[in-house]
Amino acid sequence: MGIRIEKHEEENFKKLDQVIEKYKEEEGMLIRILQKAQDIFGYLPMKVQSYISERLDIPISTVNGIVTFYSLFYQEPQGKYTISVCTGTACYVKGAHEVLDAIKDELQIKEGETTMDKLFTLKTTRCIGACGLAPVITINDDVYGRLTPADIPSILYKYIKTHKKAHVPEKEEVKN
Amino acid sequence: MKLQQLNSKDDLVRVREETYNNMKLRFKEENVEKEINKYHILVCTGAGCISSRSNSVHKKLDKEIKKRKLQEKVKVFKTGCFGLCKLGPIVVVHPDRTFYTKVDPKDVDEILEMHIEKGQPVERLFYRSPKTNEVQKTIDEVDFFDYQNRIALRNCGVINPEDITEYIAMDGYMALADILVNKTDPKVIIEEIKQSGLRGRGGGGFLTGKKWEYASAYESDKKFVLCNADEGDPGAFMDRSILEGDPHSVIEAMIIAGYCIGAHKGYIYVRAEYEAALNRIEKALDQAKKMGLLGKNILGSSFDFDLDIRLGAGAFVCGEETALIQSTMGLRGEPRPRPPFPAEVGLWEQPTLNNNVETYANIPIILRKGADWYSSIGTEGSKGTKVFALAGQINNTGLIEVPMGTKLKTIIYDIGGGIHDNKEFKALQTGGPSGGCIPSDLLTTEVDYESLADIGSMMGSGGMIVMDQTDCMVDIARFYLEFAHDESCGKCVPCRVGTKRLLEILQKITSGKGEMEDLEILENLCYDIKDSSLCGLGQTAPNPVLSTLQYFRDEYITHVKEKRCPAKVCNELLKVVISEEKCVACGICARVCPVNAITGEHKKPPFKIHQDVCIKCGACVQKCPVDAIYKE
Repeated sequence: MGIRIEKHEEENFKKLDQVIEKYKEEEGMLIRILQKAQDIFGYLPMKVQSYISERLDIPISTVNGIVTFYSLFYQEPQGKYTISVCTGTACYVKGAHEVLDAIKDELQIKEGETTMDKLFTLKTTRCIGACGLAPVITINDDVYGRLTPADIPSILYKYIKTHKKAHVPEKEEVKN
Repeated sequence: MKLQQLNSKDDLVRVREETYNNMKLRFKEENVEKEINKYHILVCTGAGCISSRSNSVHKKLDKEIKKRKLQEKVKVFKTGCFGLCKLGPIVVVHPDRTFYTKVDPKDVDEILEMHIEKGQPVERLFYRSPKTNEVQKTIDEVDFFDYQNRIALRNCGVINPEDITEYIAMDGYMALADILVNKTDPKVIIEEIKQSGLRGRGGGGFLTGKKWEYASAYESDKKFVLCNADEGDPGAFMDRSILEGDPHSVIEAMIIAGYCIGAHKGYIYVRAEYEAALNRIEKALDQAKKMGLLGKNILGSSFDFDLDIRLGAGAFVCGEETALIQSTMGLRGEPRPRPPFPAEVGLWEQPTLNNNVETYANIPIILRKGADWYSSIGTEGSKGTKVFALAGQINNTGLIEVPMGTKLKTIIYDIGGGIHDNKEFKALQTGGPSGGCIPSDLLTTEVDYESLADIGSMMGSGGMIVMDQTDCMVDIARFYLEFAHDESCGKCVPCRVGTKRLLEILQKITSGKGEMEDLEILENLCYDIKDSSLCGLGQTAPNPVLSTLQYFRDEYITHVKEKRCPAKVCNELLKVVISEEKCVACGICARVCPVNAITGEHKKPPFKIHQDVCIKCGACVQKCPVDAIYKE
C-alpha cells in the first residue's frame, strides 16, 4: 500500500481499519465509513481519503466527490469547539446575523475559519429546528437560544475558561 | 428495561393491557380517583425543550424524588413535544393534568414540595394566554390547543418515546398485528389508504395510496421501503418532533408498507443535525427488534422485515427523492430525471417506496380507525390534518396540528397568539425555500394543498414563518435565493447558474443599485428556471421571488426608485445618525469608529457622523451607552 502512516497515526488508522472491516461487506456504506473516519480523525485529510479509497477499491475521485459534496465533511482540521450559528429563516428574521457578527468580532475570524489557538471554529448551519428559541447557536452539543449580540462574550468566555482549567494541571505536572 | 419476544397477537394484547393499566392516571376519560395518591410527571424532551435545558429538569426531578423517598408516590417520564416550544421546558403533572411552563431546575423543589407533597399546584408556572391574559391551569384549559386536532402527533406528550410498551399501550403495533393474523390482502390495505385520501406530507401532496399501489405493482424479488427524514426546510421541525416523540408509529407504518409492496428491507434517512431524534430512533429500533416486531417472523408470522438508519451529511437537495436514493446508497446526492419513478427504479435499481415521516405517522391510526373516519376530517381535496411549525415574529412559536381547511388567520391569531410585541403582521411564509410569502389580505385562505398553490405559495413540509413590518420582503427573497444557490447541487445549468443570477440581481436591488428593468429580468428569469430545472429544488427556487414580486412589488419599487428600505433592513440603503437630544457627547462612538467618520467635542453634544466616510458597520450603534445612535 502506497500510503505512509506515521507512528503517531497508527492508533487512529487501526480504528479506521476496524470501521472498514465492519462495513465493507455491506452495500452503500461509503458515507457511513467517512462519517466514522471523521469521528476518529476530526477531519478527512487527503491521506485518510486515499487510504479509504485503496482499502475499498473505490476511485479516489469518487471518495473526494462525496467529501466535497456534503457540507458536514471537512478537509481541514477543526477547532476544539465548533460554533454553529443557525441561519434558518426563523433565526434570520430574529437577528441571527447580528449574533454572527458579534462572534466574528469577538474571535476575529470569518465563517468557516478556526481561531489561531485551534479553540473555536465558526460556521453557519442550516435550521436545527429549535425555531421556538430563535436566534440559536450551538457550541459542540450545547444549544443557546433567544440570544442577543450582548450575550456572546460571556458565553465564549465560559469555554475559554474551561479550556484553560483543563490545561492548568498539565503545566503543574511539568513543574513538579 | 426487560423486553420479551412477542410471538403472537395475544402476547401483544397482554403487554398492552399491563402497560395501559399503569398509565391510566394520564387519561381524563379514565377518571382515576385522586385518592390513589399517585402522580406521573411528564417532562417534554423534544428538541426545543432540550435546548431550554429540560434534561436538567428531568435529572433533578429524578434525584430529588429519590432524596425525598417519593418513588412509590411519583414517577417521572420523558415525553415528546407538546408544541409550545417558546414556553419550554414544559412539564405536565398527572392525574391533575397541570400544565407547567418555563420550568427551571430551580423550580423542581417547589413542585415536589407544594404540588406532590401538599397537593397545592405552583401557580406562578401556569400558562398565561397571550390572547386573553387569563391564567390556564390544566392541559385541557390551555387555549393553544383549542383549534388543534392531534392525529400524527397523537402520542407526543402522552407517552414516553423511549419505552416501546407505552406505544403498545396506545394500541401501537395493533394495526400490524391484525394484518399479520388475518393475512390481509395487501390490495385491501392499499385501498383503505387510498380511500382515506391521505396525501404526501413532504410537500408534493401525491396520493399516498396510489404511491403504494404503484410500488406494489412492479415485480421484483428485492424491493425497498424508504423514509424521508431529511427535513431540510429552514424553519420546519415537524418530522423531527414526530421522530422524537413517537418513533414507533413510523416504524410500524414502514413494516406495514413492506408487507403491502413485498419488501423485506427498509431505510430511515435522517439528517445528521437531528441528534436527539437519531438517538430515539436507534433506541426504538433496538426495542422493536428485541420484541420481535422487526426481523424474522414478525409476531410469529411468516413475514420478515428489517430497518436500518442512514445518516445524511448536510445537503438540502437530498430531500428530493431521487437524490435521497443516491445518498442512501452512499453516493453524491444528485437528483436524476423522473420517470422512471422510484416506485419502478429506486434503491439499487429496484422498486422503492418512499414516504415522508409525517405521512407514515398517519398510517397506523388510519388503518385502526378506518378510511371513513380520516376522510371525514379536512377539505374536499385534502383530507386529515397537517402539522405546522410556527416560527418568526409570533407569540406562540412551536408545533401545531390542525385539520385541513383551517383558516390561516385562525392559525396565526387564535393558536399562535398573534404577532410578537403587538407589531403589525406583514407576511406569512409557507413552504420554505420552495414556497412563497402570503400577504395579510389573503389570511382568510383555508389551508390545503390547492388553496396555497393558488395564491403562489405551497404547503411544503409545513414550515410557517410569520413576518412583521421590521422584515424587508426584498431581503427575504434574497435570503431564500442565497439558500437555494448555496444548496443547488450543480448538476443542471438552469438551477446552478440561474439561482446565482437571481441572487446577483436581488443583491443589486438591496444595495441600492437596482433599476426598474431589473424587475422584469428577474421575473422572466424566474419562469425560465422553473420551466427548465431538473428537480424540485430548481423548479421551486424562484417561488419566494415571484410571490414577493406579486404581493410586495411596491417594496421592490421603493428600493429601486427611492433607494430606500422601508423596513430598515438593507444596510446599504440606511444612514447611521446620532440623535441630537439623546447624545451625551461621551465620545465612545468616535473612538470605536474604524474609519474616523464621527467627530465632535467632548462634553459638547451632539457628535456628528460624516455620511460620505461612514461604512455603516454599526459599531457605534452597539457601543453607544445611551442608545442615541440609530439606523434610518
